[in-house]
Amino acid sequence: MRELLQIIFDALSLGSLYALGALGIALIFGVMRLVNFAHGDFIAFCVFAMLWPSIDAAAVVFAGQLPFYLLIPLLLLTGAALSILSEIVVFRRFRNANPATMMIASFALGFVIRHLLLMLFSSRPKSITLWPSLGLPVEFLGAHIPMLQVVTIIITLAVLVILVLFLKRTRYGLEMRAAADNFTMARMLGVRANGVILLAFAISGMLAAAIGLILATNSGTADIGMGANVMLIAFIATVIGGLGSIPGAVAAGFLIGAASVVFQATLPHDARVFRDAFVYGAVIVVLLVRPQGLFAPKSAKQRV
Amino acid sequence: MSQRPSVIRQTIITPIVLIVALLIMAALSYQFGSRAFNRTVVEMFINIMVVVGLYVFVGNSGLLSFGHISFLCLGAYMTAWLTIPPVMKSITLKGLPAWLLHAQLPMWVATPISGIFAALFALIVGRVIMRLSGIAASIATFGLLGVINNVYSNWDSVTGGQGSIVGIPPTMNVWTGWIGGAVAIAIAYLYSISRSGLALRATRDEAVAASASGIDIVRERLIAFVVSAFIIGLAGALYAHFLSIVNPGAFYLRTTFITLSMLVVGGMYSLSGAVSGVVAISVLIELFRDLEKGISLGGHTVGLPNGVQEIAIGIITIVILMYLPTGLTRNREFSWRRWPLQRRLPRPVQTALKELH
Repeated sequence: MRELLQIIFDALSLGSLYALGALGIALIFGVMRLVNFAHGDFIAFCVFAMLWPSIDAAAVVFAGQLPFYLLIPLLLLTGAALSILSEIVVFRRFRNANPATMMIASFALGFVIRHLLLMLFSSRPKSITLWPSLGLPVEFLGAHIPMLQVVTIIITLAVLVILVLFLKRTRYGLEMRAAADNFTMARMLGVRANGVILLAFAISGMLAAAIGLILATNSGTADIGMGANVMLIAFIATVIGGLGSIPGAVAAGFLIGAASVVFQATLPHDARVFRDAFVYGAVIVVLLVRPQGLFAPKSAKQRV
Repeated sequence: MSQRPSVIRQTIITPIVLIVALLIMAALSYQFGSRAFNRTVVEMFINIMVVVGLYVFVGNSGLLSFGHISFLCLGAYMTAWLTIPPVMKSITLKGLPAWLLHAQLPMWVATPISGIFAALFALIVGRVIMRLSGIAASIATFGLLGVINNVYSNWDSVTGGQGSIVGIPPTMNVWTGWIGGAVAIAIAYLYSISRSGLALRATRDEAVAASASGIDIVRERLIAFVVSAFIIGLAGALYAHFLSIVNPGAFYLRTTFITLSMLVVGGMYSLSGAVSGVVAISVLIELFRDLEKGISLGGHTVGLPNGVQEIAIGIITIVILMYLPTGLTRNREFSWRRWPLQRRLPRPVQTALKELH
């Protein structure tokens, strides 16, 4: 029972991370058909925004020293600003380009951000301590659950509830859903394209910052490659969830998180390092059965 | 009624021009270049193989692939397993099966085997990936890159894990590099004029119409995927012989990005574009390498910080995509007569096509 509870919490917290990542990618894909390959580098950028540029092994903490009620909004703003900036400078010019061109453009942007970080901070991972008290375990029905897992799950659920309310109950949410469903039609009915797209980028950037914070607190290090792993799984989640379906992406994120944890717990010791490969194997099986994804939206069907 | 000239007669000039141009480069570098310069040229020839392989799939199908560098990885490691002397393998790679552990093949046998190995792997994974729709397929190829990197950097007893495997015979020179490039160009050309190549380009331009004409899109995409994996597997083998060490870090995001940007800069949809993109970006990389090393100005050495090279290539790619989305060659082939299918369309037809998209 205790072990089961442990596994459930592991799965939920890992799934939360993937769901937040998949959400950030699905939102932008919805309004622009852009697969944002720079998302992982947005995450890394937000983590490194807490540090002062230096190539020493010891990290010079900069914004990371602020109290949490300042640090969190600051990082969210950083993520949103970077995301909006990349929309204005780069992606705006690719509005009418085909998806392949947009993908390469976003890949190129991510590459530039990554190497900018490498230049400023060197490739060595740096240790960074945020809120060490979150690492302490709490007792829950006899199981020891790290506080951070509980916080991660609560934050993710809160973000999801707020987003659902935003998308379903507000005017901007309605506009965004309309844009995701049929962008041209939405524009003709008076939805402002730039506003909706900027909003989607801002939310996506904030989600990236949230992931960055959780990752940095969890691992205690800042590493250039840390965003790429989450992004890769988040991409897979958007495909399994059905490209263009926002709830599908979130559900698939949780599913993949659960699958990873179950593989981690059940695979023989030697095979554990290949956990990700097994997860992808499971993904391939899913796609063999449903090539259009588990929760494919009706609007994604190609009309002839 | 005059007879239509055959496709080969009209288009054979493109691969010939490309191969001869590369031959001239090889000869000039062999004659006048330093040792270091020769190595740069060999690296460029290997990149030409990779990008031409990428073109076979991306250019003909219109789908983007982020996973082709994993075929480079498969080819390189296969060559390492086949050509490293057994004495060394038995120390570093204990987990290899016995027949592989005791094998030591010459380069000209090991290279095609590496290509076939990559092609077989592509056949298996391609059967799944090609069933997905366009964008989903591209993302899935990115997943493929992640899986291969994960497996090859963790399977310590067979791949040496994160570390490097040493001891591959360093047998590359400009001539073997040129042969590799020429073979890649020849295969790519033969594929693009084949029945499957023509059918695949039809699906790229008008998927619905092609499908209505009885073209099996999944099948044609799979064929191109396998052919391109074969070419890139060969390139991987030569790359292993070139560096004489392999390590998984060399086959990940950086290489994926550099090769993709070479293809984009040259022009995604033409063979000439693939080759000229590699040449252009290679020249740029070499230029920035020198700038990073520093230029002496009146006794002081002024150099750019490390990493400017990558940032510059990233920015150049974005700018080219913005202002020259069809690349340096405008997706046309080098030839004296224009490729008949790419003749300039009359203005009204162009406008109509634009409005369609």
